[in-house]
Amino acid sequence: MTQSQVPQGRTSEDIVIKGGKLIDVRGERAGDVLISGGRIVAVGEDLDAHRVLDAGGALVCPGLVDLHTHLREPGTEEAETIETGARAAALGGYTAVLAMPNTTPAIDSASVVKDVLELGRAAMIDVHTSGAITVGRSGEQLAPMAEMADLGVHMFTDDGSGVQSDALMRRAMEYATGLGVTLAQHCEVAALSAGTAMNEGEWSAKLGLGGQPAEAEELMVMRDIALARLTGARVHFLHMSTAGSVDLIAAAKASGLPITAEAAPHHFTLTDACCESYDATFKVHPPLRTSSDVDAVKAGLASGTLDAIATDHAPHTPESKELPFDEAPPGMLGLEYALALAFTELVDGGTMTDADVIARLSWQPAAIAAMGEHGRPIAVGEAANLCIVDPSATWIIDDSGGASRSRNVPYVGRTVRGKVRHTVCAGEAVVIDGEAQQ
Amino acid sequence: MANLLAISDLQSGDIGEIFDVADSMAEINRRRIPKVPTLRGQTVATLFFEDSTRTKLSFDTAARRLGADVMGFSVSSSAVKKGESVRDTIETIEAMGIHAVVVRHRCSGVPLQISRWSDAAVINAGDGWHAHPTQALLDSFTIRNRFGSLDGLNIGIVGDIVHSRVARSNIEAFTKLGARVTLVAPPTLLPARMDWPVEVSHSLDDVLKALDVCYLLRVQNERISEALFPSLREYTALFGLTSRRADQLGPDAIIMHPGPMNRGVEIAGEVAERPNSLVTDQVANGVSIRMAVLFLLLGSPRESLIGSDGEHGDSVSAAPVSAGEGGGSK
Repeated sequence: MTQSQVPQGRTSEDIVIKGGKLIDVRGERAGDVLISGGRIVAVGEDLDAHRVLDAGGALVCPGLVDLHTHLREPGTEEAETIETGARAAALGGYTAVLAMPNTTPAIDSASVVKDVLELGRAAMIDVHTSGAITVGRSGEQLAPMAEMADLGVHMFTDDGSGVQSDALMRRAMEYATGLGVTLAQHCEVAALSAGTAMNEGEWSAKLGLGGQPAEAEELMVMRDIALARLTGARVHFLHMSTAGSVDLIAAAKASGLPITAEAAPHHFTLTDACCESYDATFKVHPPLRTSSDVDAVKAGLASGTLDAIATDHAPHTPESKELPFDEAPPGMLGLEYALALAFTELVDGGTMTDADVIARLSWQPAAIAAMGEHGRPIAVGEAANLCIVDPSATWIIDDSGGASRSRNVPYVGRTVRGKVRHTVCAGEAVVIDGEAQQ
Repeated sequence: MANLLAISDLQSGDIGEIFDVADSMAEINRRRIPKVPTLRGQTVATLFFEDSTRTKLSFDTAARRLGADVMGFSVSSSAVKKGESVRDTIETIEAMGIHAVVVRHRCSGVPLQISRWSDAAVINAGDGWHAHPTQALLDSFTIRNRFGSLDGLNIGIVGDIVHSRVARSNIEAFTKLGARVTLVAPPTLLPARMDWPVEVSHSLDDVLKALDVCYLLRVQNERISEALFPSLREYTALFGLTSRRADQLGPDAIIMHPGPMNRGVEIAGEVAERPNSLVTDQVANGVSIRMAVLFLLLGSPRESLIGSDGEHGDSVSAAPVSAGEGGGSK
C-alpha cells in the first residue's frame, strides 16, 4: 500500500489549466495542462475541458511538498487537526505534507501510523507521516521502524528533540540502512539548550532570557555527519539555522556523504531581535538566530547546500502562546506563508529565481521523502498534483492564522509577493482562486 | 510615562525628575506622620507571582504613605496555583478597579505582557533576569545623594551579572547618568555576548582601588551545581568583598548591595556594617523612589504634594508634577 492514493470519495472531473507558465524539474515553458482521472493527459496549446482553471500570468508548478508539518493529531486537536492542517497546506500550494511524530501518543508504532494515515485519507491533500526513531521519542529504545516502513513510512525522526545518545543514534542509523529508510534529525544537544528560550547572543543578554548557543545545534550536526560516515545511512538534517551548520553540511556533502538538509522560512526571514517584544509567537526551536545566520541560510539555499524549504508548521493555541516567553511552547505557523516568504526573501531579497525556490519547495523535498507521485515533471501520465501561483500578486499577512486552528503567525503586517491561486491534488481542484473547496 | 517596565523606557531627564520628586518624598518620610493624601481614592495592586518580602513591603509602604489603597495578591493563596493564566489573573483584578499594578514574576517579560492586557499603570518590580527598574532608581538615587551626581564616577558591579535583573537595570541607569561601569565576574557569570557600554574585568583586586562605588550582587548556591563556579569558598576568595579588600577602597568609596546579603560570601559581615556601606540607605531610599514613581504615574498633573495637615505643605508644594495617566498638560 502506498500513501499516495486518490482519496476515497473524490470524484474528479476533467480540468484544464489554461495560460500559465509551466515550471518543473525539466525547465520552463508555456502550455495548458489537461487533467483527467487524476492524471495529466495532455500538455500543450489550446486544450479545453468542462472545468477551466485560469493560470494567466501565473506559474504552474508541481505541487509543493512539506517535509516538516506538525498536524497535532492525535493529542492536541485544539491547536490543529489533520483536516485543518491539510486545508492550510492546500491553501499554501502544497499537495503533500509529512506529519511529524511528536503527537500524543507519539507516532512510534504501526497502529498510530495507521490512525494518522486513515485520518489523512479524508484530508484535502496527501498526508504522509514520519515515524519516531525511538519509542515515545524518549531516546531510550528503538521504535519498530520496520513495521512502520511496511506501511509506507520513509522518514524517521524524534523531531521536537534530537536523539541524544551517540550509541543509540549509531544503531538507529545502522538499522535504517537495512530498511532503506532515511533518518531525520532535530539537531539540539539538550545539555546545552536546557533552560533556554532563545538564541544566545546580544539579544538574550539584553532581554534576560536564557540563550542556547549556535553550537548546541552544530555539535549534533557534526556528530551525525560522523555517524553517517560510519554507518552509510541516509540522514536528513531538519531546520538548519546557523551559519556553522550550513558550512558543516556543505563540507559533508562535498565529501560524498548521502545527506540532505532543509531550512525553515522563519530562519531566512526573522532574527532573534524579534524576541524583544517577549511575544512567544517568536519562540521556536531551533531559535531565531542573528542576521548573519539568516544570510548564511539564504546563501545555503541558493547554493543548494540546503536542499529544501520546509515549514516546521507548528500550531499552538493562543492561550499557550500567551504564557511567559520562558514557559510558552516553541513553534510558529508556516504552511500558508512559506511560498510567499521564499519569493520575497530569497528571490527579491536574495539571489535565487522563482524556479529555484519552487525546486526547493517541490521536487527536491519530494525526492528526499521518496514521495513518488509528487514533485514530478508536468507531463502526460504523471499524477496531477499541481500548484498554480501568481508570482506578481502582493499581499499583507494578517493575524487570522488562515485555515489553521491556531494563529501563532510571526509575520503579521509583512508585505509579501506570490499568492497561490489554485491547488490541484490527485486531479481535484482543492483550492480555486485562493478558496479552499471543502 | 504610562508604565515603568525598564530603565530603557526613561530618558536621563525623566530620571532627574523622579529624583526631584523623591527628594520631596524623602522629606515627607522624615515627618512625624509620614503620610499625605495625594493618591487618596486610587488603588494599587501588588501582584507578586514570586515571593519578595522586602520589595513588596517597600511598594506597600510607598502606596500607603501617598494615601492609596493597596490590594495585595500573593500567589500562594491564589488561583494561580490552580492554573489560572497571568492574563486571566490581571483581567480579574482589573475588573475590581485598580489604577496601578506592581508586578513581580520569575519570568522575564511578564510585566510587558501585562501592559498589553491592562489599562492600569504597570510597574515592574522585577521580572526574571531582565529588569528591576525601581531598584536601579533607588540605587542611582543613593549614589547621587552621596556624590551629588553619577557623572564620571567609577562603579563596579561585582558578581552574578548574567542572572541578575538588578545588574541589567543598574547598567542602564548608571551609564545613562554618566557613570563608567565595570562588570567584575568570572566569565561564567557574564553573558556570553553583550553590547553594553561597560568594561569587563575578571579580577576584583585589579579594579578595587579605582572604584567610587563597589556594588555587590547576591550569589546563589545553585550556580555551583550549574558548574558556573566551583565553590562559595573560591568565589569569596576571588570576588568577595573581604575586610582586606574593603580596606583597599578609596576613602570616599561606598559599598552597596541590593539585599538580601549572604554575609561571609559576597560581602564580609563586618564590611556590611562599615560606615561606607549604604545598604540601609538603599532600603530607606527605596520607599521614597517608589512613592515618586507612583506619584508620577498616578498623580493628577495639577495636584501638588500638599501635606495632609497643611503645616508642611509649603516645603514640598514646589515638587514638580508630571502628566501621568489622564494627564493632559503636556
